[in-house]
Amino acid sequence: MSEISVTVVRNILEAQDRIAKSNRKLFEDHKVFVLNLMSSPGAGKTSLLERTIEAMKSSYRIAVIEGDIQSQEDALRIKRLGVETIQINTGGACHLDANMIQSALEKIPLNAYDFLIIENVGNLVCPAEFDLGEHEKAMILSVTEGDDKPLKYPLMFQKSSVLLINKIDLIPYVTFNTERVKKTVSELNPRIQVLEISCKTGEGIDKWVEWLRNRISLCKH
Amino acid sequence: MHEVGIAEMLSEIAIEEAKRHNFSKVSSLKVQIGEMAAVVPEALIFAFSIVSKGTILEGAQLSIEIVPIVARCDRCEELFEVENFSFKCPECGKVSDHCISGKELLLISIEGEKGEHPHV
Repeated sequence: MSEISVTVVRNILEAQDRIAKSNRKLFEDHKVFVLNLMSSPGAGKTSLLERTIEAMKSSYRIAVIEGDIQSQEDALRIKRLGVETIQINTGGACHLDANMIQSALEKIPLNAYDFLIIENVGNLVCPAEFDLGEHEKAMILSVTEGDDKPLKYPLMFQKSSVLLINKIDLIPYVTFNTERVKKTVSELNPRIQVLEISCKTGEGIDKWVEWLRNRISLCKH
Repeated sequence: MHEVGIAEMLSEIAIEEAKRHNFSKVSSLKVQIGEMAAVVPEALIFAFSIVSKGTILEGAQLSIEIVPIVARCDRCEELFEVENFSFKCPECGKVSDHCISGKELLLISIEGEKGEHPHV
């Protein structure tokens, strides 16, 4: 018996990142644009999906992966719009990982779609840590959550390409300083685009759809 | 909450390394976690103590080093430590999120006893 020490230096997420890479390759081979949509529970992910699908389903072939801890509620809402929807129930896990997406992809013929939206589990922390193989991450912050969230939960803001500030129709009734959020977020992530929207009234949805159209067309070339 | 999943992935890698190097017992593991990673050290230690039960890692001490966020300015190339998650360069004021460190989730080393008959 002897005491030994071995230097390892391995990425703890290596297995998960390897699967994410193989998902990404699959998406690129099929020229499908894949979006990972994240936010706290109740910020409006499913409502945004409904608005997005209504605006885009006549011009694009869209599929959705719904991530929730339990229930088929969200998948039923999206299926009503006539869009292929796969529900993943994580059974307790607070985020989706690349492995869950890989399994879900067995049920989706990718060559039949232009645009795949992955609605992550409602959570402002954990989903940001896991690469699913997506092209872009987008997140929603609703005004009722408060304007201090980027400083409290910086990782998701740091990793997202787009921040959608939702429920702007409620701004008169809550304390939410949009400029404060924009300033904090711009110091956290210089690449992030901030869009102000209301899924209730439809305000700002056109700019979001325009961003998506550009992004989808980039994947086609 | 995702610390359980991370503890499982960490254990898998550590068990693999312990077998490869013919450990009979692992007494401690050194791990680096970036300040930017969404991992709570106490939660990871607790999760690790549960998922390592019944393996060669059982009872091993998990020592966690927190790695500060360091960014490089893409205008003046100054290296600076990021405080309060502001990536604004203190020299020239440009915001650059080019992280040199701070996102790590690494198993650095394992320590323990080497033996003829490793138990699983």
